[in-house]
Amino acid sequence: MTRLPNDAGIGFKALHYEAIIEERPALGFLEVHAENYMGAGGPAHARLGRLRAEYPLSVHGVGLSIGGPGPLDETHLARVKAVCDRYAPESFSEHLAWSTHEDAFLNDLLPLPYTGETLSRVCDHVDRVQERLGRKLLLENPSTYLLFEASTFAETDFLGEIARRTGCGLLLDVNNVFVSATNHETSPEAYLDAFPLDRVGEIHLGGHAREEIDGGPFLVDAHGTPVADPVWALFERVIARTGPLPTLVEWDNDVPDFPVLQWEAAHARSVLRRHERPRLPERELARA
Amino acid sequence: MPDLATIFARETHAAVLSGAPVPAGLTARDPTQVARRFAVYRNNVVVSLVEALATRFPVIRRLVGEDFFQATARAFIAANPPRSPVLTVYGDAFPGFLAGFPPAAALPYLADVARLEAARTHAYHAADAEPLASDTLLEVCARDPGTWGLVPHPALRVVASRHPILSIWRMNQPGATPGPLANPTGETALVARPALDVRVVLAEPGEGAFVIACAGGASFETAAEAALADAPAFDPSRALARILAHGLAAGIRLDPTDTGAQR
Repeated sequence: MTRLPNDAGIGFKALHYEAIIEERPALGFLEVHAENYMGAGGPAHARLGRLRAEYPLSVHGVGLSIGGPGPLDETHLARVKAVCDRYAPESFSEHLAWSTHEDAFLNDLLPLPYTGETLSRVCDHVDRVQERLGRKLLLENPSTYLLFEASTFAETDFLGEIARRTGCGLLLDVNNVFVSATNHETSPEAYLDAFPLDRVGEIHLGGHAREEIDGGPFLVDAHGTPVADPVWALFERVIARTGPLPTLVEWDNDVPDFPVLQWEAAHARSVLRRHERPRLPERELARA
Repeated sequence: MPDLATIFARETHAAVLSGAPVPAGLTARDPTQVARRFAVYRNNVVVSLVEALATRFPVIRRLVGEDFFQATARAFIAANPPRSPVLTVYGDAFPGFLAGFPPAAALPYLADVARLEAARTHAYHAADAEPLASDTLLEVCARDPGTWGLVPHPALRVVASRHPILSIWRMNQPGATPGPLANPTGETALVARPALDVRVVLAEPGEGAFVIACAGGASFETAAEAALADAPAFDPSRALARILAHGLAAGIRLDPTDTGAQR
């Protein structure tokens, strides 16, 4: 599912390139959006090629529309495959969401109803992506602002069933859990307790924006601020159960100077270190 | 009968792009909030696409101002939503849209400046190639000019206009101050990326026609004839020197498409 190290990584932004190349900070891995590397050449590939030689890499897709009702866009899948072939990333992930209807790309991670019908369609899409890429992917839980009257599955059961049927792993976005739970007035702890944690190959942490609707809190998955305290607490709750996992700090809007992001990654790493399990020495492992 | 997810996708598509009613079947803890919550999705889509256009067309934004740009971009997005998730090149149709957008008619150069900005993005993401070396050129220069041709660099783009697009573009770069043009005249921009930096070069007379002919596979001789027909002042030796200096070519072809056809 993933060969990323159980360490903290960051979402790579071009404006941090110089800082990373000059300082070579200790980062578990870098993550990039596949769609930003679909040109033939130029500076974007030059930067990523150099970074890829130094760090493990996660490629994160935002455009396959795996949760969409229509057939997968094979042209786009071929572009994703080209990025994966070019960089041989340690992990590839996508979202339980949709963004393309007919041939219009709506550039957001839109929600889908959780029914028997959508389940089989998402599984078909995951199967197809995995077959085309020749690798297992990680599927990310969404942040949602609305629910569907027609849904018959809890999101955690829906994700668990996709993983069971397709063999894919899951990407647990803890900020998304908190955003959705706040918006739907449910318990994020209960969501995590029901989440198929044995399938999780990566964690995402990011910031959200806080708004109000009718005087009540409403959270938007904005990725433009530090990780919020309740999200750190939920993250630690997960890691206490699973042990260290590859953990990404993502910051996509109003991107700060590199040290700010580095500090967030160091925070994530300190949580991972607190929950390291005693390991057998290498030699004993080899004999076992 | 389409299923619920298909209906939702179709209605969301319409609601996001043209303000159609919120799709049915949605709910929230407080169902009276559905419309306002749905508006968050709509806003995310529109704002992010306006941002994609603003990133690609910063000079257009500066020329028309923020409010006008927002309104123009929103009208464009509703009529031309992205057809692919690769947003780095979203907006190839934006220059043409500006040309036919009545509120922008007072700025006749706008569409061509937008074409220049679009060309820069394509050059940025184009395939990498080593620019033609002078040694390689010297080896063929002694030959009959009908037997070889220049291979343009994969990043090269030509944007010709009857407006002074390059002067307008330059004086609207960050830190520059726009002012009146002393002698406004049509300009052709050559957009190149010999290494990693995109450069924009003002073409001398005939150079645009010359490189376009080269791109079509013409021999040096035929391309020079096309350039002379376009501009009698065209100087082939000077053009070659400038092509080398600016990294506009990537190689030599010894089998130009007009060989034999014309002789």
